[in-house]
Amino acid sequence: MAKLPVAVIGGGLGGLWATLRLAEAGIPVNLFSLFPVKRSHSCCAQGGINAVFDIKGEHDSIWQHIVDTIKGGDYLADQPPIVSLCEEAPGLIRTFDRMGVTFSRTPEGIMDQRLFGGVKNRRTCFAGATTGAQLLYAVDEQVRRWEVEGLVNKFEFWDFLSLVLDDAGVCRGVTAMDLKTSQVRAFPAAATILATGGLALVYGRSTMSSNSTGAPAGRVYQQGAKFANGEFIQFHPTGIPGHDKNRLMSEACRGEGGRVWVPRGKGDKRPPRDIPEEERFYFLEEWYPTYGNTVPRDVGSRAIFKVVHHMGLGVSGQEMVYLDLTHKPREFLEARLGGILEMYETFTGEDPYTQPLKIFPAAHYSMGGLWVGYEAEQGADGLMRMKHASPKNHATSIPGLYACGECDFAYHGANRLGANSLLSASFSGRVAGDAVTAYLKSEKKAGEEIESSKCEAERARQDEINQRMIRADGGENAFTLHGELGDLMRTDVFVERDNAALDRALDGIRMLRERSANICLDHKGDWSNQSLSWGRQVQDMIVLAEAITKCARMRDECRGSHYKEAFELKVPEGKFEGDPEYAEYKAQWKANNDQWLKHALVSFTADGPEVEYAPVDTCVMPPEKPRDYR
Amino acid sequence: MADAQIRFRIKRQDKPDAAPYWDDFVMPYAPGHNVVSALMYLREHPVNARGRGVEPVVWESNCMEEVCGACAMIVNGTPRQACAALIDQLTQPITLEPLSKFPVVRDLLVERERMFAALKQVKAWVPLDGSQDIHEGAPRISPVDQSLRYLFSRCMTCGCCMEVCPQFHEDSRFIGPAPLGQVALHNQHPTSTYFRSERLQALMEPGGIADCGNAQNCVKVCPKDIPLTQAIGELGRQTTVQWLKDLFVR
Repeated sequence: MAKLPVAVIGGGLGGLWATLRLAEAGIPVNLFSLFPVKRSHSCCAQGGINAVFDIKGEHDSIWQHIVDTIKGGDYLADQPPIVSLCEEAPGLIRTFDRMGVTFSRTPEGIMDQRLFGGVKNRRTCFAGATTGAQLLYAVDEQVRRWEVEGLVNKFEFWDFLSLVLDDAGVCRGVTAMDLKTSQVRAFPAAATILATGGLALVYGRSTMSSNSTGAPAGRVYQQGAKFANGEFIQFHPTGIPGHDKNRLMSEACRGEGGRVWVPRGKGDKRPPRDIPEEERFYFLEEWYPTYGNTVPRDVGSRAIFKVVHHMGLGVSGQEMVYLDLTHKPREFLEARLGGILEMYETFTGEDPYTQPLKIFPAAHYSMGGLWVGYEAEQGADGLMRMKHASPKNHATSIPGLYACGECDFAYHGANRLGANSLLSASFSGRVAGDAVTAYLKSEKKAGEEIESSKCEAERARQDEINQRMIRADGGENAFTLHGELGDLMRTDVFVERDNAALDRALDGIRMLRERSANICLDHKGDWSNQSLSWGRQVQDMIVLAEAITKCARMRDECRGSHYKEAFELKVPEGKFEGDPEYAEYKAQWKANNDQWLKHALVSFTADGPEVEYAPVDTCVMPPEKPRDYR
Repeated sequence: MADAQIRFRIKRQDKPDAAPYWDDFVMPYAPGHNVVSALMYLREHPVNARGRGVEPVVWESNCMEEVCGACAMIVNGTPRQACAALIDQLTQPITLEPLSKFPVVRDLLVERERMFAALKQVKAWVPLDGSQDIHEGAPRISPVDQSLRYLFSRCMTCGCCMEVCPQFHEDSRFIGPAPLGQVALHNQHPTSTYFRSERLQALMEPGGIADCGNAQNCVKVCPKDIPLTQAIGELGRQTTVQWLKDLFVR
């Protein structure tokens, strides 16, 4: 008897790893993707992937990787999964190495490691400047092999629409739309894994690929899956503003001496080189004399936001400031930043050696996502970690539905360390694959096909939504709505937040939601109707944006990427452990943790998102001391 | 400013079996546009140059950083990634056409499945004994060998090289340059090379390496500067050796 396949939605690093593990266990997989999986957003990650090998004589340790990840996330991530993530990272990288990833080498021919942000040791493996692409291609190749073996069946150019749930609320299949024919089909599935990546397109233009809408997470959220910690979005201070996206500019530009400035005069139209030194406002240097242009990411992002939005000093009145390297000799820049500046030139057509770069912060990564659980197990060393191959690992709140990769909320807490995202995407995909394998063993019913009437009912419901949208004549353009959503999110739910603005944003989102019911498509046919799939994705992005904004409105504190000035606890200047002022600060910090160190869990209701809170598992390293990067 | 407008001629096709036609579009100029961002503007304002409302142009794009390979199309006669084609550097009207060597799905969107199928044919993967940790990595690889392989490992299966290859077309069986680059990549890896003979044998079948006409167009258009002709030359020699070996084994 043919086994019922598992549905994997998304073919980036997470989805491909999950698929690979299932296929190796002999379980057939239907793999769905909006495009050929090799084009997934994982390919955009340039920097590298963290794993402790300690090859540089620095006495780096797995424990230090655990500590860095916990602290980097401001304690907001459950800790036993972090222990497993860091412990298994070296084995995972060794496997990537065996898969043929072209990791950069030391002169002795082993994988080289380099330094990355937020850590003290060289812990990051990399493959030139295309690490994400190389890792993605390696797993893609392995999955292709299983495709030849007949265990993996790819549905590329298909859009996941919904889950098929049985009367007990268990996920027993999915519906998806063929993007060529617009035909909706139901696919019974023994279990389903969502690996659909990030959601930064709710910010309109971001550093993400144009398909990273978060819509699939929004869809299962509307079917009852809990969404967690949505307020935590990482913003990168140096995005290159574009009409289509805000491409990522490496932070190395600031590190190598780049100076950030705007003209002092509002709306100064002169070319930057004609603006004399005394009429330039080097705001980072003025405001932060100690660090100057190399302030941490979040501080830099907020300063740029302030200059543009509160002071109205954006270059040409737009959302951009200058990042100037023109005072540096060409030879120096070519040697240190050559590849990066070449990329800037390719996409802007401007010469960064003679013209300052134009930058603005951009939404880059979502730490929050679908809530997923785990089973903890204490090791002989006393440490709690994720139990290997437990069916509870990476299970969402809907039985039979799993999530991995950026679309889940695990590992990164309130902020993510650089080069931990390729790691968590790959690791969580592997874990999810193993968890589903265990689930199929323990849940006898999972192997049985759900009654066809249930599938048909869900298929018909989805088809009806399509038909309604094709027929609708309400006058709203889906692309314009998305632009408005992005403008709103980039203004009011961005790098700095306050409750009045967030209330305004919630009102704005509700209005967008009402208007999105009146989307009128310019394309009415069935064949390859990209407007239809986009229109539906926009509706689901708006729902997700409301969940994110609601979480942000409710969290009255500063933690990681979430910043509300009114609730900032300031470290007393020049005071350290032992000083009474510091003791008071520490007491406030503890009190704040007692109140706010908790996961926000969002449930969808017809009236909007409902937020409840759940404790964070800090059994490995409870927060005793505030982070202090002084 | 030379142009206050951006003008396009776009080759459109409503269905795979429909006849193609040209549609002209005009949009307001703004600095910093590339072909994809302009197409995004046009899909929001789908009115052609004659002022007629039309169905939005269909195309494929994803990363918009020239790494995913999705948005390859023919821009002013040259196959390239549309996201990296800056309007300010293009002669107007800008003509956009779908890649011609692959079946058109709609407008600028083509079906490149044949390229992925070719990767199956040549077994472009390392034959792992499972993805579990075996407590060692790959054998040591010198920095020189790594950098050689890195050249080939950046192939994003965009299809530009296939587009300009005279031997690769709908009626030919030629596997095309991109998959040959992947054979080179894998045959240089210390363990993937265990499959070397099988890959070479696959290239000795009809549609294999012998069908390369040595036009050397592929290497000129590759957006990643992959030394495809070098790989093809080397594979040609290796298949000859393989042919002799097979002769003696038989």
